Amino acid sequence: MADEETKLTLIEKLGRVDRRIIFLVMALAVLIPLLVHYTTTIPASPIVQNLFDKVEILPSGARVLISFDYGPSTAPENQPMATSITRHCLEKNLRIYMISLWATGPRQAMELIDEVIKPEFPDKKDGVDWVHLGFKAGGQGLINTLLADFRAMYTTDVNGVSVDKIPMMEGVTSLKDFDFIYCIGSGQPGNKEWIQFAGDPGHIPVGGGTTAVMAPQLYPYYPKQTVGLLGGLQGAAEYEAALIARYPKYGDMSRVASEKMGPQVSAHLVIAAFIILGNVTFLIERRRRRKS
Amino acid sequence: MGLILIIAMFIPHDPFFDMDRKFSIYYDVIAVFAFILGGGNLLRVHLNKVYQKRTDWKYSIVTVAGFFLMLIAGLFKLGVHAYVQEGVQFSRWAADFQGTESLFKYLYDCTFQPLQSTMFSLLAFFVASASYRAFRAKTLEATILLIAAFVILIRPTPLGYYLTFWLPDPLAFLRVGNLSTWILAVPNMVGQRAIMIGIALGIVSTSMRLILGIERGYLGGES
Repeated sequence: MADEETKLTLIEKLGRVDRRIIFLVMALAVLIPLLVHYTTTIPASPIVQNLFDKVEILPSGARVLISFDYGPSTAPENQPMATSITRHCLEKNLRIYMISLWATGPRQAMELIDEVIKPEFPDKKDGVDWVHLGFKAGGQGLINTLLADFRAMYTTDVNGVSVDKIPMMEGVTSLKDFDFIYCIGSGQPGNKEWIQFAGDPGHIPVGGGTTAVMAPQLYPYYPKQTVGLLGGLQGAAEYEAALIARYPKYGDMSRVASEKMGPQVSAHLVIAAFIILGNVTFLIERRRRRKS
Repeated sequence: MGLILIIAMFIPHDPFFDMDRKFSIYYDVIAVFAFILGGGNLLRVHLNKVYQKRTDWKYSIVTVAGFFLMLIAGLFKLGVHAYVQEGVQFSRWAADFQGTESLFKYLYDCTFQPLQSTMFSLLAFFVASASYRAFRAKTLEATILLIAAFVILIRPTPLGYYLTFWLPDPLAFLRVGNLSTWILAVPNMVGQRAIMIGIALGIVSTSMRLILGIERGYLGGES
């Protein structure tokens, strides 16, 4: 009897784990994979593979607009998406136009230029192969304007160089002149606005990536209104895997998404373990209550 | 104006197309002033809080100080130097306010960025704690939610693979990878579409009430 009471007490304790213990276990689950450099590769799901394939079939010289609609808070999820798509576009000799609907976006674009474009693609020139046009206010209103008249809003790049003097801006008068729009977003304005105000009315292919919590809200637009979607860090890792599968040389470079997936995987396992623990103790307690 | 923009959507030709384009530019210009309004409102709220010494008023001092520090660093281009481009000398005022050596960039990279990352990463701890307490199979609906969340959660993990990889091909749809894709692409999509269509219909009816003058609450009158 005493043993049974002790067992029940233990079960009750397991059902009410102090949140500080949960926080500690979670901290270890994130720290340990970082220290031991645990990485994981995830094969691309259909929604990610579709996006990859769409970029893959674009002809050399095609115009790709990348919108940086996020900030530092979600950069660990969003920045690897930007890295992979930029590598893919420049590998395919596509022309990249970087803009932002968020005031925090241009810094993320600059980070990409400094850490990926300049060191990995030194032969690609500013204004010829890529251009950073910076931030403009207005959200969906801005997209609406860009669809009608791109140059009404963007008269210079971030360095103040007139768009008339930028070679790759020749022939760009509206969003319809772009072959693909890739939005990396984490809220509003973001992916949804690009689909509704540019993709649909302008018949421009739109794809992109967003944070894991936002991704389910964008599934209704797939596959007719968006060609593909990267959902969170996992989506970024899947795109990275697709890129490495097609271009193995990128396996030797920094695999930012796959490296960050290690802590995420172990964190998911810890949460799953706690959910199982919580439910097992809950069911045992409920059975005990019914018996008594 | 609302009616003109609706007409422009269905008849994308001049004069409606040109009016739509011009109204969009006006909107973008007005949107810039929202930043001034936002800054003014931030100062009003926090300075009032400090003046009245309301709860946690000391944090408001940090907010106001941070606001002015970033504003001054950006407006006066502190830390930015004159530069030469293609043989032409440019003054520091022509340089980028967030260039490599600017104080703005330093503050952004060394304070704003780590602070935002820290705030967002705290979610991992709260999600773990909340999942442990909230995901309990108390009812049938809660159990379905629990199973769906669990499948999505373990999808990228080795557990997700080893748990179901051995299933024969006729039961391949039950493998965690396929099941999570199905959950997102079917039940989730159906639910999201229903919500979105409902919201869209609500926006249409509210917009029509505004355009037709039935709803006047936003003007300060009675609806």
